[in-house]
Amino acid sequence: MNHAVKAVGLGLRYGQRDALTDCTLEIPEGSVVGLVGPNSAGKSTLLSLICGLLEPSTGTISVLGARPGVSAAHLARVGFVAQNIPLYDNLTVAEHLRLGAKLNPRWDQRLADEHLQPLRGDLKRKAGQLSGGQRAQLALALVAAKRPELLVLDEPVAALDPLARRQFLRRLMELVADLQATVVLSSHLISDLERVCDQLIVLTRGRVQLAGPVEDILTTHYRLLRPSGDPDGLPDGTEIIQALHTDRQSTLTVRSTLPIPGAAPHVQRLDLEEVALAYMGRAQGADEQD
Amino acid sequence: MIDFQLDVRSGVAPYVQLVQQVRHALRLGMLSVGDQLPTVKEVVASLAINPNTVLKAYRELEHEGLVTARQGVGTFVTRSLVDDSLPAHEPLRQELLQWFAKAYKAGLDAENIEALFRTTFRTALGAKR
Repeated sequence: MNHAVKAVGLGLRYGQRDALTDCTLEIPEGSVVGLVGPNSAGKSTLLSLICGLLEPSTGTISVLGARPGVSAAHLARVGFVAQNIPLYDNLTVAEHLRLGAKLNPRWDQRLADEHLQPLRGDLKRKAGQLSGGQRAQLALALVAAKRPELLVLDEPVAALDPLARRQFLRRLMELVADLQATVVLSSHLISDLERVCDQLIVLTRGRVQLAGPVEDILTTHYRLLRPSGDPDGLPDGTEIIQALHTDRQSTLTVRSTLPIPGAAPHVQRLDLEEVALAYMGRAQGADEQD
Repeated sequence: MIDFQLDVRSGVAPYVQLVQQVRHALRLGMLSVGDQLPTVKEVVASLAINPNTVLKAYRELEHEGLVTARQGVGTFVTRSLVDDSLPAHEPLRQELLQWFAKAYKAGLDAENIEALFRTTFRTALGAKR
C-alpha cells in the first residue's frame, strides 16, 4: 500500500522545548486519519510539518512521495485548513472564490460551487459577518476547489455547534468520496472522529502514544474489572495501559491481540474515546512521576 | 431505496452495520433483485461517515453475491434473501404483539419483558441445535 505520509524519527525543537519527539508513522493513501491529544500535545506542529510550513529538527518526513513544500506543484496537491479557519474578514464570499481561482492553477469551479451551495445566498457578504458554520463551509469550498490529494484540517469543527459540526463532517466526507483524497484532521471531539476516521493517532506531550486502524484499536482494547490484587488470568502479551485501584476492585484498561476470556461486566469492550483517554491518562501519569 | 442508520455506541463496526441492514432489507423483501443501493456519496452525505466504510460494506455484500457494482452506474441487488417463510411473518408478528400485551398486563415492565424474551429466545435456539 502506498503512503500519503511517512515520518521516521520526526522531531521539532523550539528553543529549549521539544514540540514533537521521535514521531514515526505511516498514513495509508485514501485513509481518513483522526489526530487527537490534549492542548499543546504537538498536534498543530505535526500538521504544520506535514504541510511543509515547518522544517523538522530531526528525522524525515515524506508527503505524497516528496519532501513537504518542496515545490509549488507539490504544494498544490496538499490542502490545508488552519486552526480557527483564517479567512479575509473584509473580503466577500465571492471575492474569496475569485482569489482562490487566481491563485490555484488546478482550480475546479464546479466543485467550489457545489460546496458553496449552502452559502449561495451570501455571496456578497463579508467573511467577517459569517457564522462559524458558514466560515467552515467557505473554507471547505475553497480547499475543495484545489482538488487536493491530501487534505489537512486543524480542529476544523472546534468552534461549531453540534448541528454545524455534523453538517461540516457530512460535506467533508462527500468531498473525500469525490476526490478519494487522504485526510488528516485533528479534533478534541473523539466521538465525531469515531464516525469519520478509519485511522487514529493519539499524541501527548509531543509523542505518539497510539497509531493505527480504528478497527484494530477497537478489537484489541478491553476494560477489565477484577478483585484488587488479582493479576492472574491475563493472556500472554497483554499490555496494561491504565490501572485504577480501589481497596476492593481494580479497573484495568488493557491491550491484547488475543481475546480475553470472560463476559460483561468483568470484560468490556471500549469505544474509541475511552481508549484514547486511557492512553492520554497513561502519558500524563508518567509525566507526573518524572 | 433504503435508508441506512448508524449506531456508533453499539460496538458493531459501522461497515458491519451497513451489511446487516442490507441483509435485513433483503430478508424482509424491502429490497429485491434489480434495486439500486444508495451511492457511496449519498450514504456518506446522510450519515457523515467515511466513504471507505461504505465501500467496504458494499465489497462485502458483493463478495457474498448479494449485489453487483456497475462501474459509474451504481450498486444493484442481484439476489434476494426472501425465503418461503415470508407469508408466515405477519401472523407470527401479530402473535408476538399479543404476547407482549399479555406480559404488560401481567405487570412486567419493558426491562423484564426483554430479559424474559432474550433468555427464552436463547434457550429455544439452543434446543433447536
